[in-house]
Amino acid sequence: MEPLLSVRNLSVTFDVRKPGSWPWTPPRKLHAVSEVSFDLQPGECLGIVGESGSGKSTLARAVVGTIPSSDGNIMFEGHDLANMYPKQRRVHRRDVQMIFQDPLAALNPRMTVGEIIAEPLVTHEPGTPRAEVKKRVRELMERVGLLPNLINRYPHEFSGGQCQRIGIARALILKPKLIICDEPVSALDVSVQAQVINLLMELQRDMGLSMIFIAHDLSVVKHISDRTLVLYLGRVMETAESEKLTTRPEHPYSQALIASVPIPDPVLERARPRPILEGELPSPLSPPSGCVFRTRCPKAQTSCAEVKPMLEDIGGNHLVACPFHEAEEVLAVNG
Amino acid sequence: MFPNRAAVEGVGEAMELAEVKGRSLWADARTRFFRNRAAVVSLIMLMLVAGFALFGGAFAEYENDFVDFSLIGSNAYKGVPSVETGHYFGTDSNGRDLFARTVQGTGISLMVGVVGALVAVIVGTLYGATAGYYGGRVDGLMMRIVDVLMSIPFMFVLILMLVIFGRSIFMLFLGIGLISWLDMARIARGQTLTIKNKEFVEVAVATGVHPVKIILRHIVPNLLGIVIVYATLLVPNMIIFESFISFLGLGVQEPATSLGALINEGSRTMQFGYYWQIAYPLFFFVVTIFAFFFVGDGLRDALDPKDR
Amino acid sequence: MSLLEIEDLRVTFTTADGDVNAVNGLCLNIDKGETLAIVGESGSGKSQTAFAAMGLLAKNGRATGQARFDGQDLLAMNTRQLNKIRSKDMAMIFQDPMTSLNPYLRVSDQMAEVLMLHQGLGKSAAVTEAVRMLDAVRIPDARARVTMFPHEFSGGMRQRIMIAMSLLCQPRLLIADEPTTALDVTVQAQIMQLLGDIRQEFGTAIILITHDLGIVAGFCDRTLVMYGGQIMEEGPTDDIFADPSHPYTSGLLKAVPRLDQATEELATIAGEPPDMSRLPAGCPFSPRCAQVLDNCRTERPSLDVTPDRRRACHLPVQEVA
Repeated sequence: MEPLLSVRNLSVTFDVRKPGSWPWTPPRKLHAVSEVSFDLQPGECLGIVGESGSGKSTLARAVVGTIPSSDGNIMFEGHDLANMYPKQRRVHRRDVQMIFQDPLAALNPRMTVGEIIAEPLVTHEPGTPRAEVKKRVRELMERVGLLPNLINRYPHEFSGGQCQRIGIARALILKPKLIICDEPVSALDVSVQAQVINLLMELQRDMGLSMIFIAHDLSVVKHISDRTLVLYLGRVMETAESEKLTTRPEHPYSQALIASVPIPDPVLERARPRPILEGELPSPLSPPSGCVFRTRCPKAQTSCAEVKPMLEDIGGNHLVACPFHEAEEVLAVNG
Repeated sequence: MFPNRAAVEGVGEAMELAEVKGRSLWADARTRFFRNRAAVVSLIMLMLVAGFALFGGAFAEYENDFVDFSLIGSNAYKGVPSVETGHYFGTDSNGRDLFARTVQGTGISLMVGVVGALVAVIVGTLYGATAGYYGGRVDGLMMRIVDVLMSIPFMFVLILMLVIFGRSIFMLFLGIGLISWLDMARIARGQTLTIKNKEFVEVAVATGVHPVKIILRHIVPNLLGIVIVYATLLVPNMIIFESFISFLGLGVQEPATSLGALINEGSRTMQFGYYWQIAYPLFFFVVTIFAFFFVGDGLRDALDPKDR
Repeated sequence: MSLLEIEDLRVTFTTADGDVNAVNGLCLNIDKGETLAIVGESGSGKSQTAFAAMGLLAKNGRATGQARFDGQDLLAMNTRQLNKIRSKDMAMIFQDPMTSLNPYLRVSDQMAEVLMLHQGLGKSAAVTEAVRMLDAVRIPDARARVTMFPHEFSGGMRQRIMIAMSLLCQPRLLIADEPTTALDVTVQAQIMQLLGDIRQEFGTAIILITHDLGIVAGFCDRTLVMYGGQIMEEGPTDDIFADPSHPYTSGLLKAVPRLDQATEELATIAGEPPDMSRLPAGCPFSPRCAQVLDNCRTERPSLDVTPDRRRACHLPVQEVA
């Protein structure tokens, strides 16, 4: 099957100027995303986890096309995003929609809910009669669990969970093929989180959507996604089926990440081994040589500083970027 | 509110419910504004002053350029404000009716202020929003133009223009329009830089909304709060600016007048006891300026509740 | 005697849209060296409880009831008495450390100031002590970094500095309000471990205010669940998690995806967190409760107290799903 989205060796760099430097001094390069590759099948959900500064949001924006990539290809349905004709680009914009972390910030406070949800439709199908637009907006509001008679309200009159539903409705109105969710539930209350997660999963299943789900919370990512990709400092550390990744992670970073995720079970929590990662994420302006994780890695060796580890397929679509990888049961599974 | 799906389905008739009208942020701001007593009183004062400028002429017994020769030479006792002679505010030193002249002067001063503010709002906001939204070189170029224009000493240029091309209301408006938008452009650009990083703008970009539409629908409406506040504070500045020009004797041309010109004339005869010649124009001048400041303050509190 | 004993605490905010009752009749106590978790969603009143005890309520807020620290009522104290207790016996750390660190002062100055004021130390002794404290919270190279400004540290480091500052006078009670919410999981694990070590080393009692059930599980002796400004239930953490006695707690536990279990579909709690200015007459959770009874909507359930647990629910314990 041809993947819906195919990302090859994608790199995104930003120019960072020292404040007060001359306009002609060459800027420093910030490598937000480096040599990331992955495929996304139609109907599949790919989870991307990483700490803040791991480049996961940048990666999402590069796929959407709001941030230009500096190297590599993003192929959407076989077309390279970088050299699309304007017409194809328009189609791409229809087919790829995004859902954001802060539900309220993602909605224009001066527009009514109806106007917000309808905007993509009005932009891409300008001829649609008003009544038709309104009908579709109302249908969609109902679909995402909002009362359609609230169509003339403003975002600030809704709670966080409802705002997120508005954002989801807006993303769905053009019937896209791919939805990119950037931390869609991390700003929501625990009890509302579950509602939104269920809604997203249901919509994905019913509409046959492909989804990229970005979050720092590994338990949510594991719950929602088929496959998970672990990013660290802009690089892929490991990617595998979500179940496999959480139960038998191979990369030391994935293992540390999983060990850090608290589990709401006091007995289990106390019994868990706690290899706590020391230190914090190095600056992406001067990433460590060789393996970017080596400065915090418990298994780091001298060779890690010299050789950049390649992603290696260890079977079953499980890729690891560590020559010293070794499966480890970080969790006692009882589900 | 029943946000969850089960609840929505539970109330099937909810579909038939009338559409609820939302309270926009503007409506909220309006409520907050009308709670502010000082601002409301000032707003009423402003409306009265505007009413005076618009309709006061109908009550005047004399034209503003009619010279009452019967008073010449005896201004000090015959030109005093009185209802009997029909010179409600007295006469000026040339024997012209001060009431009619104050009406006209207030009108001109308000117009100068409002035109200046309008130019600032329209040109300044769009210019600033465009520069801020596109960023990069476009921004650099556009803002450097503003910097260059700002570095020109406008007072001298305006005075030169008025001297060379002659004094006319048109020249005055042109001069004021030229300067007033510069600050506004800077403010609008600064605000745009923050708004443009908001996610709703990003959504619009990702969806493929045309840049012009993004500026007009997503950025400008969110700028307007600050723009309006600044504009109300700009009006009095413009009035003061015009008064200063007029005070120098370079403002509007006789027989037309403005509050600044009237105050200028009044200040010359003040020492001879013609107190009314300065008192009346000054009163309207002060009331207008104060009222604008209070309204501006009220608007700021109403539109930016966070900053209180 | 308990270290902190809060009785019938009520916190009311006067706003333009009427009074908002953030906390309604809360009772709790914490013993020396104990760890208590206050769990709740936004608007549950969990933070306001702590602010009221610390005397840090916003200007339009008012607290009534009693909060006795070592037998002295905190709510009846004036600012001077409070300051004395706040610096020496009770300390609080916040979600965003930058709110309590002055960005224009060096860390050394800020920390030394506290010590000079409350323990009468000289400047150099105070700085030495500050460095010792920063070492204790495992800030690498503390001696050199103590003269840096707060913004020069990363988020996790700032939280460590906050913790170090709050520990300067060796308080007996530390209130941590969502201390790790803004941090990454790996850093969160570091900070939680640090808090655990501090508790062991200094015997500090800790109140952990959070929405994250996961960190509660690994850290706290007792857990108190709040909703709509009221206690839903309270008990030993193990019991609360293994055998929740309130529909809200059990709903909450089922609503979080777990890393160690495969769940097909998450159970949800319908609706949204409550609007505190319009709380229902009965149990605040009744509009969202899946097992709601008729009298739940009209009658506020009283707090049933058994030796080690408390619960406020009309539904009999054995029927809680």
